[in-house]
Amino acid sequence: MRLEKCWFCSSTVYPGHGIQYVRNDAKVFRFCRSKCHKNFKMKRNPRKVKWTKAYRRLNGKDMTQDATFEFERKRNRPERYDRSVTENTLKAIKKIDKVRVDREARHHAQRMKGKKAQVLREATKELEQSIHMVKAPAALQEDSSLTLPKIKVKVSQPTEDNHMLE
Amino acid sequence: MVQYNFKKITVVPTGKEFVDIILSRTQRRTPTQVHKGYSISRLRQFYMRKVKYTQENFHLKLSTIIDEFPRLDDIHPFYGDLLHVLYNKDHYKLALGQINTARNLISKIQKDYVKLLKYGDSLYRCKSLKVAALGRMCTVIKRIGPSLAYLEQIRQHMARLPSIDPNTRTILICGYPNVGKSSFINKITRADVDVQPYAFTTKSLFVGHTDYEYLRYQVIDTPGILDRPFEDRNIIEMCSITALAHLRAAVLFFLDISGSCGYSIAQQAALFHSIKSLFMNKPLIIVCNKTDLQPLDKISEDDLKLVMEMKSEAMKTVIGQGGEPTDDSGVLLTMSTLTEEGVIAVKNAACARLLDQRVEQKMKSKKLNDCLNRFHVAMPKPRDQKERPPCIPQAVLEAKAKITVEKEKRKLERDIENENGGAGVYSASLKKHYILAHDEWKEDNIPEILDGHNVYDFIDPDILMRLEELEKEEGVLQGLGDDDDFEMDGAELSSEEQAALAEIRKKKSLLIQQHRIKKSTAESRPTVPRKFDKDRRFTSERMGRQLSTLGLDPTKAINRARSKSRGRKRERSVDGGVVDSMEVDGDQSNKKQRLRSLSRPRSRSQSRPPGELVPGEGFRDTAQKKKAIQMAKGSSKKRNKDARKGEADRVIPALKPKHLFSGKRSNGKTQRR
Repeated sequence: MRLEKCWFCSSTVYPGHGIQYVRNDAKVFRFCRSKCHKNFKMKRNPRKVKWTKAYRRLNGKDMTQDATFEFERKRNRPERYDRSVTENTLKAIKKIDKVRVDREARHHAQRMKGKKAQVLREATKELEQSIHMVKAPAALQEDSSLTLPKIKVKVSQPTEDNHMLE
Repeated sequence: MVQYNFKKITVVPTGKEFVDIILSRTQRRTPTQVHKGYSISRLRQFYMRKVKYTQENFHLKLSTIIDEFPRLDDIHPFYGDLLHVLYNKDHYKLALGQINTARNLISKIQKDYVKLLKYGDSLYRCKSLKVAALGRMCTVIKRIGPSLAYLEQIRQHMARLPSIDPNTRTILICGYPNVGKSSFINKITRADVDVQPYAFTTKSLFVGHTDYEYLRYQVIDTPGILDRPFEDRNIIEMCSITALAHLRAAVLFFLDISGSCGYSIAQQAALFHSIKSLFMNKPLIIVCNKTDLQPLDKISEDDLKLVMEMKSEAMKTVIGQGGEPTDDSGVLLTMSTLTEEGVIAVKNAACARLLDQRVEQKMKSKKLNDCLNRFHVAMPKPRDQKERPPCIPQAVLEAKAKITVEKEKRKLERDIENENGGAGVYSASLKKHYILAHDEWKEDNIPEILDGHNVYDFIDPDILMRLEELEKEEGVLQGLGDDDDFEMDGAELSSEEQAALAEIRKKKSLLIQQHRIKKSTAESRPTVPRKFDKDRRFTSERMGRQLSTLGLDPTKAINRARSKSRGRKRERSVDGGVVDSMEVDGDQSNKKQRLRSLSRPRSRSQSRPPGELVPGEGFRDTAQKKKAIQMAKGSSKKRNKDARKGEADRVIPALKPKHLFSGKRSNGKTQRR
């Protein structure tokens, strides 16, 4: 029993899921679900379809080369069973996973680094340029802060009543 | 020569079917249309063609029948006799002869009618000539109908005959009914012949195949023969007699020593003597069966004498052949098919004797010399008197001895399985023979998958080392990362600025939406220009509200707008909740009133009667508007009566309402619904 990778989106295909397609040249295509399968039949290039891992790696959204990927390699030659090696491997898998996740997070943070500053800049620019939509220039002259104008409400005073009460 | 494959004979159709087939074929394969106006030669040609085509087809099919059925004189006499026994040679030949005559008759009919057709002078005459010709041909076929049916029966039976090759090595089993011939053949071959306690269970010949010394032997099981004069024999017995007579085979004469077949040894011996002429030149073995019920030594004196007589007869056949006078071990054999003792011995003896006889015969024939001339076995001349036997190293001999001993002593997996409960209960542990560093590892259960990874992809003897390096790297990277981790905090928009930004964005999106609506509807729907503000959207209070949200004082603007708008003509309404627009102050954007006006479908500041003209609707005057309203009502009246929602509603709730399509009338007819 092996976990395979979907050819289109590169997610893992668990046993009992998905479809395998064998072409005439004996190349096997595995798909995790019918979405990927149908995209494949439509001859879409996974490198151009935004949600696939292929696109993300190609366009630098996800980490591409790393030492943690080297640990996982498909072996074709059988190895004789050794209990200690297997134990170590099982423990190591967990640690490698943790390291990989940390590195991916770091990569993402690096990518999103200047985001806050950029957002701020854009917001201030928009505010400056379009403040005329919510505040008339006359009001802006009086009160030159970039905030909404204060609305003056007239309140009518019932002076006669007051007299009566008094 | 037909290789005795009677299965390949084509099906013989019945008379009626035959006629149908040929006529429909004619109809399909010849042109069908002809008109009066064609030239006479064309008409004649058309009909002649049909007649000829029909005759050709009949001829063809009848010829195939005649050719495919075997000619009894041309095939091996065994099959010839067998077919004669089963089907009666004369009837068979008669049937085929009838088919032949039919064929000739049809040819004659065709010739005659074609000659007549050549001088047909009208469409009608040609047509009737053709009809007559075809009719006569069909009657001929109808007359031979019974022959065709008979031939079809024969064909079906022939197809089921066992495929016996008369020239290969054959072993024939004969004897009284119920002596155990079919059980024997079941034991030595893969044939599955019926074995039952009643006589004549086997009613025809059965063939099985067995191997001996890399050669294949046919074993033929025959039905039992009774001791009767030749003329009284029935068809089933005749089958076995035919086989005995014509096949060059080793004969196994079965004797039931125990007498449980219902016939005594004396009777069986009598049979033997009456058919011993058939055993000429055939290696004969007398087989005493059912020794589990009665061993050979314990039978009575007379019976023993009879048996010895038979044996001596059989010995004669031996002597006549190979010139081995005193080899009596292969002539009289005992066995029991129930306990399976002696069965293999009998088979081997029969095969060996047959092989010897055949080899001898071949040696005597002329063809052998050609073969012999082709190969030469060289025997080196001995150089001196010293003996030189083949040299086998001692170790090999010891190993061979050991293997034989081991084979007997070794416990097989099969035995272990049987001990522990059999096939369904015990499942062998496949891990038993693993070669590992420590034996206790053999039963380890290893996970193949962990956390979405294949464990097997990660296995590496020095994975710990690599993991250490990785972690060191990671530590370093983390240290670096912590340094420039803090982001530029603090610089942010204040809450009021954020509110303003949100408001700006809302306004922008509203503008975009309105523009899109306007863009999409502009082509299909004419929009009312702003000066005919039927929905009362563009009022001065609204202007006032919008200006005040922008931060300006609207009173001046409102006053100016009102002073300018007074000049418009307006028909006074009669009654009804007048809310004078004058009274509402621009600044006093009364929330309650605003909400109320929004909640009405159209924010009307005045209620108007239905027919009254509203500027901006596009009518010339009240009269036109009233007419328009009437026309609209008129068009929808019929629809409403049908309970239809609109023009496009074509729903039929009950397509065939039951009350209209069923039921009898109390009086009158129900001819139409």
